[in-house]
Amino acid sequence: MKGSLIFFYIFVMWILIITGGAIIVPIIAHISIHGFGKLDSIVDSSVKAGIAIMLVIIWILIMSKIKNWIFHRQINR
Amino acid sequence: MMLDKTVVAVLISVIAFVAVYGTTPRLISLLNKKNMTVKDYNKETVTMVARPGGPSILVGILASEFTLYGFFPSASILAIISTTSLAFLVGLADDRKVLGGWFKPLALAVSALPIILLGAYVPPHLAFPLFGSVKIPELYLGLIVIMIPVMGNTINSIDVLNGVASGFMTIASFALTICLVIVQNYDIALASLPLGFVSLAFYKYHKVPSKIFPGDSGALTLGAMYGVISIVGHVEIIAAIALLPAVINSFLFLSSVKRIIEHRQIKAKPVVHTTDFKLMASDDKSAPVTLVRLILANGPLTEKQVGFVIFKLALFSAALAIITSFMMEIKL
Repeated sequence: MKGSLIFFYIFVMWILIITGGAIIVPIIAHISIHGFGKLDSIVDSSVKAGIAIMLVIIWILIMSKIKNWIFHRQINR
Repeated sequence: MMLDKTVVAVLISVIAFVAVYGTTPRLISLLNKKNMTVKDYNKETVTMVARPGGPSILVGILASEFTLYGFFPSASILAIISTTSLAFLVGLADDRKVLGGWFKPLALAVSALPIILLGAYVPPHLAFPLFGSVKIPELYLGLIVIMIPVMGNTINSIDVLNGVASGFMTIASFALTICLVIVQNYDIALASLPLGFVSLAFYKYHKVPSKIFPGDSGALTLGAMYGVISIVGHVEIIAAIALLPAVINSFLFLSSVKRIIEHRQIKAKPVVHTTDFKLMASDDKSAPVTLVRLILANGPLTEKQVGFVIFKLALFSAALAIITSFMMEIKL
């Protein structure tokens, strides 16, 4: 089937998105930072943003590795 | 009430389809008369195609969404109308005068502001399948500003062959409507219907051999509207899944060129032609890796065949998005 490896890559991406939810929801949803007065919500959001960005970077790195692994033959052709 | 919504759904679907189906031939004549045409590089003989088709796409969207607003006024519909219109203007500016690589993302980020100003994004949470949702008030505002440029440019980047952008959007939009129904967000499902019908009507003139290209004004309008619907409908993750083939295309492109640039700035072409004018993957190592290049890695194909492979990928992603929306109802 034409592009069968691409179907597989899409499936892997989907699994990674579901897995990402399994990591993000328990970690980020339970973070609640206090002790900064009026800045509580900004500090809280910044920490959550930092973790989210870190997870997205990890996700991109994993996708890049998987891309090289799956399409190694095609890319070299 | 449900019967009312069904009648309105049929009405706005007909308006969206007929508006684009009826205005596009007139737009094609006008653009040809004004010499606003571009070369179709994938044709054996010199073929000039009218561009941009964005105006007729916008006419269909505005006619149907304003009708819907007349029946069921809401901030969400106003956000869809304003952000989509602003994205159209950004695209039209790029169609008329080639703009820098960074201009479009920044201008599209500004286009997202009506969603925030109208409060159409409330409640600011991100819903994940199986694990529930995350409440991220400030972070969500940043996400809105990022999502519109990303969705707009993702659709723009897949507009590489005759009929692909409009055909792909038809599949992704109808999948999104089905997903919105599954998660019981009927109001936004209703507002999303015109996107599918507008794309379908435009596909009639965009399919191989194209009589018109959507241009940046068309592709960004479709992408931005898809983005707003995903935000106001709280189906961001599902919407991203339905768009995965286009996401992969952007990801492959960015990870091979390693910077934000326009496709037209690429010197080494990822796809070349065989003597019988089929498409073939380039063997130039410096050419970027794209979705079409990967599809062609197994051998040359016609433009129509490549388009159908992309549509199969879109249908596969649509199925995954629908499965995901069922998973939204399950909490572990």
